[in-house]
Amino acid sequence: MTHRKALPGIWRRFPERYRLEGNKCKNCGEHFFPPRIICPNCRRDGKLEGHEMSKEGEIYSYTIIRSAPVGFEDQTPYVLAIIELKEGTKVTAQITDVDPEEMEIGMEVEEVLRKISEDGKKGKINYGYKFVPKS
Amino acid sequence: MSDILGYGAYIPKNRIKIRKIAKVWGKNPELIEQKLGLEEKAVPDQDEDTITIATQAARNAVKHADINPQKIGAIYTGSESHPYAVKPTSATVGEAIGATPEMTAADYEFACKAGTAGMQNCMALVESGKIDYGMAIGADTAQSKPGGALEYAAAAGGAAYIIGEKDGIAEIEDTYSFTTDTPDFWRRKEQPYPEHGGRFTGKPAYFRHVINATKGLLKKTNQELENFDHIVFHQPNTKFPTKAAKKLGIPKEKIEKGLIVRKVGNTYSGATLLGLASVLDDAEPGEKILVTSFGSGAGSDSFSIKVKKHANNPRPVKKFVERKKYVNYGEYTKLARKLKR
Repeated sequence: MTHRKALPGIWRRFPERYRLEGNKCKNCGEHFFPPRIICPNCRRDGKLEGHEMSKEGEIYSYTIIRSAPVGFEDQTPYVLAIIELKEGTKVTAQITDVDPEEMEIGMEVEEVLRKISEDGKKGKINYGYKFVPKS
Repeated sequence: MSDILGYGAYIPKNRIKIRKIAKVWGKNPELIEQKLGLEEKAVPDQDEDTITIATQAARNAVKHADINPQKIGAIYTGSESHPYAVKPTSATVGEAIGATPEMTAADYEFACKAGTAGMQNCMALVESGKIDYGMAIGADTAQSKPGGALEYAAAAGGAAYIIGEKDGIAEIEDTYSFTTDTPDFWRRKEQPYPEHGGRFTGKPAYFRHVINATKGLLKKTNQELENFDHIVFHQPNTKFPTKAAKKLGIPKEKIEKGLIVRKVGNTYSGATLLGLASVLDDAEPGEKILVTSFGSGAGSDSFSIKVKKHANNPRPVKKFVERKKYVNYGEYTKLARKLKR
């Protein structure tokens, strides 16, 4: 099935998908990924500024996908995990270059840019962050 | 003159043994391994392509050079497997390393030598004072017809170099190129796999260009081969660079450090640059390196490089060569998208 994703929506999120750009509240110090429009702690007193998240973290939790959604069928079994970054922010991402059986909570991982999906044979190729066991 | 400020390598984790490919196609595995001097080759994963390989190499180069990526004024990516026919790999790499938007970018294609052509362009822009830093990348996920001779070698990998005016780990003293129209290997538009001229890829193509570019560089810079501690040639297999060295009277030990093809295969645009990175990883200050790439079609770029300090690269080529997971031929055909459906 060819499913073309809206180009502006993808394009606006390149900083987040390619460089893990989130933000940080200068008032309370909390980091956010994906970036927030307002700080949920400080509300109108919050001062958000762009912040490139650290590219390292550890596995907070994970699951092994054996029955995948459309477009991901060829990748099963694959790992989807919640990664706690050094800033304490949690990110959900695929873990690649790993045997699912080797996964464990607390495993150290680092971010890599990988192909996430393709909009059919003629459409755009979508790239973004995944994580691999730290080498 | 230009300096190499830093460099980064990247090789996918998957490997297939050459003997497994030979066995599937009813060839003598030992003979193929021995003839080509290849043991295994790197295969990209499903989510890897030239853009992701180039990006990982570029990120490693930025880390190694420890520079502000915003100061990179040009990115050139050489490859014969750019994921898009029209839409630049270099722009995505620039975005992913945080070098955009004030930079120029273009993708190059000259079979296996497009990466070194990018390096020459970066040198020109740096030396003319147009940019502070330039990045040249050679990366490929090489295609090969199932059962064809290229299938034993066509591999995936890449390397990125950051070129600046001074204060680098090595100085690029000079460069010389040798180019002719030689129909040794090509891929027509919309064709999935390249064609090659069999034995014609040897004498009139690889050897003529590699040897003439190397000799031309020596003449231009008034040097002898004896001045160099390490020689790196393009490595489609172990046999070709070893034979070129023999023809030029270069002792075997001078090419060994830069010869990584046996364990990773021919990474096409990445091959010469990965070979150089492997030498730079352990090079001593004062050592001299001669590098000659080769691209079918055909041409060679030669470089005279002088090492200024220890590279201390935290991600040496060896680390990527040793990081591996074996796949069988069935898995390989799936990963390389050779199955029709």
